[in-house]
Order: sequence, then C-alpha cells, then structure tokens
Amino acid sequence: MTDLATYNFAYLDEQTKRMIRRAILKAIAIPGYQVPFASREMPMPYGWGTGGVQVTASILGPKDVLKVIDQGADDTTNAVSIRAFFQKVADVAVTTKTKEATIIQTRHRIPEEGLREGQTLVYQVPIPEPLRFLEPRETETRKMHALEEYGLMHVKLYEDIARNGHIATTYAYPVKVEGRYVMDPSPTPKFDNPKMHMSEALQLFGAGREKRIYAVPPYTEVVSLDFEDHPFEVQKFDKPCALCGAENVYLDEVVLDDKGGRMFACSDTDHCEDRRDCGHAGHMLARKEAAE
Amino acid sequence: MASQSQIFAGAFADPVFSAQSVFKSLMDGFARPGQIMRLEASSVPPSPMGAAAGAVALTLCDHDTPVWLTPALAKSAVPQWIAFHTGATVTDSKTDARFAIIEKGAPVPGFDQFSLGTQEYPDRSTTLVIEIEALSGGVPLTARGPGIKDDVTIAVRGLPEVFLDFWSANRAIFPRGIDLVLTSGDSVLCLPRTTRIARQEV
Amino acid sequence: MYVAVKGGEAAIANAHRLLADRRRGDRTLPSITIQQVVEQLGLAVDRVMAEASLYDRELAALAVRQARGDMIEAIFILRAYRTTLPRFGYSEPVDTATMKVERRVSATYKDLPGGQLLGPTFDYTHRLLDPSLIDDAAVEEPAVKEPGEHVMRVSDILDGEGLIEGDGRMPEGHVMGDLTREPMEFPMARDLRLQALARGDEGFLLALAYSTQRGYGRTHPFVGEVRIGEVEVELDLPELGFAVSLGVVRVTECQMVNQFMGSAKQPPQFTRGYGLVFGQSERKAMSMSLVDRALRTDEFSEDIVAPAQDQEFVISHADNVQATGFVEHLKLPHYVDFQAELDLVRRMRRDYDAARTGSQDGMKEAAE
Repeated sequence: MTDLATYNFAYLDEQTKRMIRRAILKAIAIPGYQVPFASREMPMPYGWGTGGVQVTASILGPKDVLKVIDQGADDTTNAVSIRAFFQKVADVAVTTKTKEATIIQTRHRIPEEGLREGQTLVYQVPIPEPLRFLEPRETETRKMHALEEYGLMHVKLYEDIARNGHIATTYAYPVKVEGRYVMDPSPTPKFDNPKMHMSEALQLFGAGREKRIYAVPPYTEVVSLDFEDHPFEVQKFDKPCALCGAENVYLDEVVLDDKGGRMFACSDTDHCEDRRDCGHAGHMLARKEAAE
Repeated sequence: MASQSQIFAGAFADPVFSAQSVFKSLMDGFARPGQIMRLEASSVPPSPMGAAAGAVALTLCDHDTPVWLTPALAKSAVPQWIAFHTGATVTDSKTDARFAIIEKGAPVPGFDQFSLGTQEYPDRSTTLVIEIEALSGGVPLTARGPGIKDDVTIAVRGLPEVFLDFWSANRAIFPRGIDLVLTSGDSVLCLPRTTRIARQEV
Repeated sequence: MYVAVKGGEAAIANAHRLLADRRRGDRTLPSITIQQVVEQLGLAVDRVMAEASLYDRELAALAVRQARGDMIEAIFILRAYRTTLPRFGYSEPVDTATMKVERRVSATYKDLPGGQLLGPTFDYTHRLLDPSLIDDAAVEEPAVKEPGEHVMRVSDILDGEGLIEGDGRMPEGHVMGDLTREPMEFPMARDLRLQALARGDEGFLLALAYSTQRGYGRTHPFVGEVRIGEVEVELDLPELGFAVSLGVVRVTECQMVNQFMGSAKQPPQFTRGYGLVFGQSERKAMSMSLVDRALRTDEFSEDIVAPAQDQEFVISHADNVQATGFVEHLKLPHYVDFQAELDLVRRMRRDYDAARTGSQDGMKEAAE
C-alpha cells in the first residue's frame, strides 16, 4: 500500500500557507472585505471550523500560545478537538487563559476580558456574506459590495422594526467596518458586537466552506447597523452569573430539572473561573459552600 | 552572467519557521501601519536586492505570483534567484504583477501603473516592496487609519518627493489600490492602502 | 448543586473507542481485508475515488472500511489525504479515443464500427436477490473477447458529417483551471464546471439530471455513447521534450448528444453534454453529461428557467463533503445563539401577551 504522508508543521503544506498568508495581508489592507481563497479540505468537516483552522495554521508559530473556545468555553467538544489537533500537528503551547494566549480561535463568542495589542482573535465563520440571506447569488452580492449598495440590508432591518417594533436579529448582527464594508461578525451574539469596535487585537475571520478570509485590524471602527430612532442595543440579563456573580456578561441558560428550574452562568468559562479564583461568588456557588 | 552560488544560496536556513516569522512581522506590520518591524529571519539575495526584500519574496512569492522587477534588478541574478527559491516568474507587465520589487535608489514608478484591483475584487492588486535609505530619521509625517491608535509619526528617508501625491491618489480610489512594504536593512514598515498620511504642521 | 459539564477530552476518546469497536463488529468473524474491499466492493471503491478525486484503489478501499461503508465519510477521508499530497504537475488530457474499452454502448446507432459491447453491467440482470451469493457458490470464468479493443467514438461519426458542434475547445489562450487550487468565481468556465461535476455528489447530479428529463431545463438528450475502459495518463516533461506515461486509469465516459435548433450565434446542429468519471460509474457519467449540457445556457443563448441550468446553484451545492459538513454542523453547540433567540422570543411573547390583554381590557371598557 502507498506510504501515507507525514504532515508538515501545522498540517498545511507551505504553498497553501503562502496562499492563505497573502489573502490575510490583503484582508487586513481592506478591512471588512471578503478575500476569496482556495480553501483546502481539512481533516475535519466543513462547517466545523475549517476556515478558522486554516487561518490559525497559517499564522501559528512555535512561540505562540493558543486558546480555542466554542460558545465561550474551552471545554466544549469541538474546541477540545481543534485544540488537540494543533497540539498534535504543531506541538503548540495551549492555554485556557485569555490573558496568556497570543492566538485565540473562537466560535460564536468574543472573550469578556478586553483583548490587548499583539493578540489575534481568529473567528470560525459559517456564512461570511452578510447579504447572503437577502440575496443568495454571489454574483449579485459582490456587485452590491462593489457599489457600496447596502439598501437591501437596511430594508430588512426596517421591516423587522415595522413588524416587531424592534430589530429581530440577535446574532450575526451586521456591522459596518471603517465606514465602507458591511460585514458579518460570524454568529456571535450581538452582545459581543461592541467589543469589535476599536479592539486592540487583530481580528481575522476564516470561512472554509465558503472560501473567504476577512479581517478587522486593531483600532478600527466597527459599527453595528441601526437607525436613529431605533439605536443598536445589546441583550441585558436580569440576573448576574450564578457562579461568579458577574454582571454585564453573556450568560448561558442551564436547565436544572424538569420543574422549570433554571440557572444562568457565564458563557466565558475562563472569565468565570478567574473571577471565582479572585473570591467572587454567585448565589449557586455560595449555596454550595454553605452546604459543605 | 550570474554565478551559480549567487543563485542557489541565500535562502532561509529553516524555510518553514523563517517564513512563519517573516509573515508574522508582515501581518503585524500591516495590522499596525507605521511600526518598524525587524525581521527575525534573514536572506542573502543577489545584489542589488536588499535582505528584507529577499525575505519578503521568499515568504510570499511562488508560481502563483508573477513578480515585477526594476530594470536593474531584472538585469542582475535576482530573477534566477527568485525563480529558483520561490518558483515565481518575473513579468514585464506591471499590471500582471502580484508583487513589485524596487531596490534602493531606483526610480519608483507611479503606483497607478500597477494592478489596483477592481471594485469587485480589490484584493487583486500589486503589493510593492520598496527599499529605501532608512525607515526613520526622515521628515516626520503623520499617519492615521485602521491599525493606528489616534495617530503615529513616520519619518522614513529616501522616498521620492512625489510619494505623498502618489499615496493620496492611491488612498482616494479605496477600496482599490496598491499596498506598500518599505524595507531597509533587515526591517520593514508596512503601509496598507487604508493609511492616510499627511505632512505635519510646522 | 450545580457542577459544570467537563471532560470533553475523555468523552471524545471514549466515543472513538466505541466507534472502533463497532467498526470491527463481532470479533469471532474474520476482519475484511483491504484487498477484499478492492475486489468485491469495487464500485464502492470507484465512487470514493471519483468523488475524492484521487485514483488509488487501495487507499479508497481503506477509506471505505474505515468509514464503515459510509460513502461520503470515505470520500471525505480520502479527500483530506489528497489535499496534503505535493503537486508535481498537470497531466496531458487523457485520450478516450484510444481507450481499451470493456463496455461501450450507443443509443443513437443500431450498429457501428466496434459494435455494441455490453461488458460487466447490471443492465438486463433481473433484480432478484441471489441466494447463491450467501453460500459463496463457485463463479464461472467470463467469456471475453480479446481485451483492449480501440473503437472509434460515436461523436466522431457525427463530427464527420459536420452535424455536431466541436469537441469542447476552450477559447484561445485559456489556461486550464483547477478549483482545488484557486478560489471559485462565478460565472465559471466549462473546464472548472466539469471538474466540479466530476467531483460532485452522484445523488445530487442524478436528481438534477432527472429533473432536466422531466422538463426542468429540457435538453433532448440521446446517449451517443457510454464507454468504460482503461486510458493512459501522461505527463509532459519540458526537460525531456516529450510526455512520459504515468500509468493507466479506468474511467467511464459519456457523450450525450442533444438536439439544438440553432440560435442567432449557432447553426442548427447537435450539441454535446460530457461526463467523465474515475472507475465504473455510468449513472454518474450520464448524470454529469446531462447537467453539463443544461449548464451551457450561455453558449446557446438559452434562458435559465430551471435549477439544473443555474451554475451558481448547481456548482455551489454539488460537493457532498461541503454539504454534509455544513448540514451536520448544526449538531454542534449553538447555545449562545439560541440564548439570544430565546431572549428575543420571550420578549416578543411578553409584548404580544401585553398587547392582547391590553386590547381585551380596551374592549371591556368600550362595552361597559
């Protein structure tokens, strides 16, 4: 039988990395514009982070410290799987601490803790085209971006308001980057949108199946689309995190029993642990200690 | 005729990790325009190509990226060096070139002679790699734009007088336009098309 | 007391151990060898090679076994391996006119040079379950003609009369594309479309092809010819100045001949739909040729009125590895987004209930 290959550092061959690296540089030079790239088949399914994985594999070096989160948590199965992949193919140092990471690959969340200069946030993106659900044709949406013709998006948001009294988009909420391109922030909750604005970190977006890479450089204007009489606003939670007591963070709803019992806890698990280590406690945690 | 040793030598000692570190400097450079980034991996291309330009070529060029060279570079051993180490072909056409390399002191062609991309595909534009005298110590200019907190001063030395005119014309056609890597010695300073540059008020 | 779910790593490892166990099945039975898969499940191997676009029977068989017979999973495994292989160059186009045919049928002529050759086909078998296979009964030696006949292509017969369009010449100076190396772009030229179709999902193409027969983009097709056999693959080496043979591959080719009334640009003539697939797969090659023809609306000034004619629709959804990945990704956690939606639906529900109560109160007041 044919000898099976041994894989290059970070899995991708050098030619593929060069192609992706060139795309990343152009993406940074044109913030919010989706650069087409010849996405490769990865050893994990399309739709499971192949775009993010290709971007991370192309920027990753031996000095990097990698953190991978899915839904804000380091221990969700797909995050565990992607982290293990990079440990295997790049022998990279990994962490769950947001502070310690140089590269953070994420699906659906931006860490609560403010990112700093020198960090890179890599988003896994399923559908990079913010106009796709309004116009399925690539040939058409490309023209709209070229002409900066975003009327369709405003009409859609306005129809929401007419029907519901407010904009009914809760995640993948469209933003305008540096006053030019309308961009899909990936399916993060709109709660996270303000964190993209003037972020100190470099933000890279990889869509493997759709073969697009885009970027938001640090200190770049990212504005959520809205209307003067209906300004953009984020979700608010009634209660603090049940474990660490944090307010103004994004919470997961956890079903505790079949009698309607619910609790709300930080979606960003590292942030939550950090706070508990610093002595913060929510009501569920306090109860636990009291019981002991 | 170039000597064989000029052509076959001078590439990265460790291609995988050197390319990664040079790319990282370029990525950080484009993400933070105006910052001087010292490259950690070195190359020794044939004269008159500079070390940093050589490292950029080894990192980003391959047979998918036609490279335009100035007449002086085209006459040297550089075309063979690039072909041997990267697989990239040298093109006479500025608009076909994905990269253009200009050595220290050579006249800089107007930016609009290169590929500027299209309104639909603004990424299909040439990246210019220009070696200049020094990345600091020149007339201070103020740069603003994505990647720059408030503003930053750049003071490169050795760019032609017309640079600011070229650059503002390039800025005006956004999202189209070229992107620029200025090099000197083993360092680079990157200017994506989004950066706005102005003379400082006296 | 609430304890957060942990231990993703251990759970994954355990799941994979269980998968390995189920793959092996009853340990008292002998394990299937790769050679057995190659020899006895040859058409499964062919499909995996075709849609993974990698011609290696043994690796494809390994993938089939590793995937427990799940074809799309096997295709995926082989594709992911293919991606990592270095590229040495692009072969010369294979010349199917020199094919050593094992099967060749034409629906357009009763008899023709080389004749009709049925070959190893399911056609005309009665689909009755065969109990003799349960007991591994002895199988007769086949009666075959001299192997490796070269027979002329049916399309060349029509071409001789000038009644069919030329054989897929691309415009002067056209550089052959490769969609595994370059980003996709629409509109897409025919060379890239054919590559996408050749890698495309057999079931998807079958359904689209069927839809054209039922009037959704009708093309009036006749099977000019289906042929299966071995062709030589050659690589041109500029250093040597001639092409060297890399070996032979078995392929299925279908030339569909379609009626065409002519347009302002083109005289009335027959047109072609083309299908070429690794291994033996007539269903795929025929479907591909029907869809290829349906997609050529530009060339013949045809209106796009059906899904099979819409290249962005067809090409964007033909790849089963992409499709299965994205459909199945829905089982990944989405609870952050769902939380956002829950919040919104609860809010809208409150507004709705409030409005209803409000209007009932209003009615009551009006009645009083």
